[in-house]
Amino acid sequence: MPDPSAETVVTSPEAVVARLAASRYLADESLATAIFLAIRLGKPLLLEGAPGVGKTEAAKAIAELLGRELVRLQCYEGIDAAHALYEWNYQRQLLAIRHAGEHEIDIYDDRFLIARPLLQVLRAPEQRVLLVDEIDRSDHEFEALLLEFLSDFQISIPERGTIRAATQPIVILTSNRTRELAEALRRRCVYHWIGYPDATREAEIIMLRTGDVAEATARAVANAVQTIRARPLAKPPGIAEAVEWANAATILEKGGSPWPEAFRRAIGVLIKDEEDLSSIAPELGRIVEEALA
Amino acid sequence: MSRDLTDPFSPFTGRRCPEGADEGQRHDGQKVALPLTCLPASGVEPPVSTRPSDPRERGEESLPRAAAPLLGFARLLRRCGFAIAPQQISSFMQAITLLGPRSMADIREAALATLAPSPDRRDEFETHFRSYFYGNGAPAIEGESDEETRIKDDRGMREEENQTTRQEKGGELSSAIEQLSSRDFQLDSDSLAPFRRKLASALPARRSFRTIRTRSRGTLDLRRSLSEIVSADGDIPSPLLRRRQTIPRKLLLLIDVSGSMKLHTADYLRLAHAAVQGAGRAEVFTFGTRLTRITSALRIRDRGQALARAAAQVDDWDGGTRMGPTLLAFLSVPRFSAFARGAAVVILSDALERGDHAELETAMRRLSARAFRLSLATPLAGDPRFRPATAALRAVLPVLDDLFDGSSVKSLTDFILSLARPAPAAAAIWKGVS
Repeated sequence: MPDPSAETVVTSPEAVVARLAASRYLADESLATAIFLAIRLGKPLLLEGAPGVGKTEAAKAIAELLGRELVRLQCYEGIDAAHALYEWNYQRQLLAIRHAGEHEIDIYDDRFLIARPLLQVLRAPEQRVLLVDEIDRSDHEFEALLLEFLSDFQISIPERGTIRAATQPIVILTSNRTRELAEALRRRCVYHWIGYPDATREAEIIMLRTGDVAEATARAVANAVQTIRARPLAKPPGIAEAVEWANAATILEKGGSPWPEAFRRAIGVLIKDEEDLSSIAPELGRIVEEALA
Repeated sequence: MSRDLTDPFSPFTGRRCPEGADEGQRHDGQKVALPLTCLPASGVEPPVSTRPSDPRERGEESLPRAAAPLLGFARLLRRCGFAIAPQQISSFMQAITLLGPRSMADIREAALATLAPSPDRRDEFETHFRSYFYGNGAPAIEGESDEETRIKDDRGMREEENQTTRQEKGGELSSAIEQLSSRDFQLDSDSLAPFRRKLASALPARRSFRTIRTRSRGTLDLRRSLSEIVSADGDIPSPLLRRRQTIPRKLLLLIDVSGSMKLHTADYLRLAHAAVQGAGRAEVFTFGTRLTRITSALRIRDRGQALARAAAQVDDWDGGTRMGPTLLAFLSVPRFSAFARGAAVVILSDALERGDHAELETAMRRLSARAFRLSLATPLAGDPRFRPATAALRAVLPVLDDLFDGSSVKSLTDFILSLARPAPAAAAIWKGVS
């Protein structure tokens, strides 16, 4: 069942937008609706999108709006149950056996149990939000394990029995879509595709994320980044890079570089691929001029 | 799990609707009344709770009447090849109840979030949504512009492809199929059986992050050791070990199906079929003027059936080559280029690029930066007088790991089976020859 304490906070998509803005995250209507539905329907939220559009940031903001701790599980190829669920602290167990000598000792005590992210969330679902980051990097075996976890919200530890969540935890999954996820996983989740924002929104995000960037700078950066993204680049810049660029250019400008020059010199934080850099370099001056105009 | 999509008998794979056939029917009655107007403001019960427990009675009759159009929309999507589970439909209705719904936008958002159309088919989804709920005519799915290289992924498009095969009896497609199957009949098919058997163990290997139990050369397996110690009542038997597993690398075959390769494409497809059957993780794409993924067609065990289906999926048989643009298109799809990472990539093409080869060079360089080993098999190299003399070949030679003879199945299978063995770079070999 959905978590009752979360329901009082999340009353409508508009409330979600307002609350996220308070956590310095600008969500559009559609993302807010997806978050609202995920929490109220008690389903995991699956966020997909290109790298750098703010999927992980969204998860952090959701945790903040609910006033909970974010538990992050970063996926990678070969991640397994010992990294995701639990592990025994074998060294301590061995020491304890030594130390106990002739006495009876329970080596499957809580003291020896290392809770990994999934177990941490099961133990205190009202205080934590689980983020399963970049699930597309894990392999099919792990996806199956996660699927089982997401449908029952319980973990069986042979030595201890089954641990079940008191209320259903809030789970957010993110994927860069480097591979297609299992259809069964998509089915169980509320789904949202995060795209790149338009120039106005991106300027707002830049203003919100950086402290001392002028509005005109933010708008120029947003316009230039829109143009650059339209080019066939190997790695198009994300929102995070745009924010960095605005920041870097502002710092350079304060250091004495004039405006168009500051943007050009800070390009390294925006485009991080040699080929892309050389293909965009001849046009960069014009793009910046146009964006500033 | 992941086979869910590729399974042709999956219960969620809807049938492709024949060109708006059922839109016509539906529009007769519903064009005027917007379904929203017949929805109570917040009274739509979640269908799960309204359903009687007896499965025989569990029909649409028990749903509120206002919910029928929503169910109809989900069904329409399913007929059009979107994979939608019953669970998703009930979430969809619950979502609408939760949202009010106050406007059509709410219904759209709810549909997007719960029915989860893949981002690739988002436009198609929007078109269906508009035509269903606003009733502006049959959905016109526009083709992409000719400027961009078209990419065809066979996932989720299965039903459509079948239809094409069935309908176009006298067209070019079926002639291509016939050509393939007749060739298949003539050729000695046994040469590929040993290839298929040996492939999995012959592919280059890498160390996985997963570990396996081992008797020697490994790190201490504390988990198992400790349970041994406990069961032996504190005695420490010989320590148990674990070590990282080695697994075969992925194999990526890119097959040129343009006119100049006409003589070889049938052989190449048979080889690709054997490779998909034999290797754990293999992907096969064809390219000419477009890029087509044919892996799931080749997963069918029966070769004739697999090749016929693959042949039907490829639209650009025996046409021109746009090798550079198609390879760039391949790299621009994140999940395709992610597959190339760390894979053994074999391109089967004569690399006769028309016009400018700058794009080909870029694509090959990017591909080689991702791949474990990048090899080009050209049938032209079967001729002993062959030299990599064309401008395109000279340009890509430095990034190639191998440039070898692709004129016969024998030389190809031998080469692929030797991928794990180190060899000097292509440029070094061909420099000595010319």
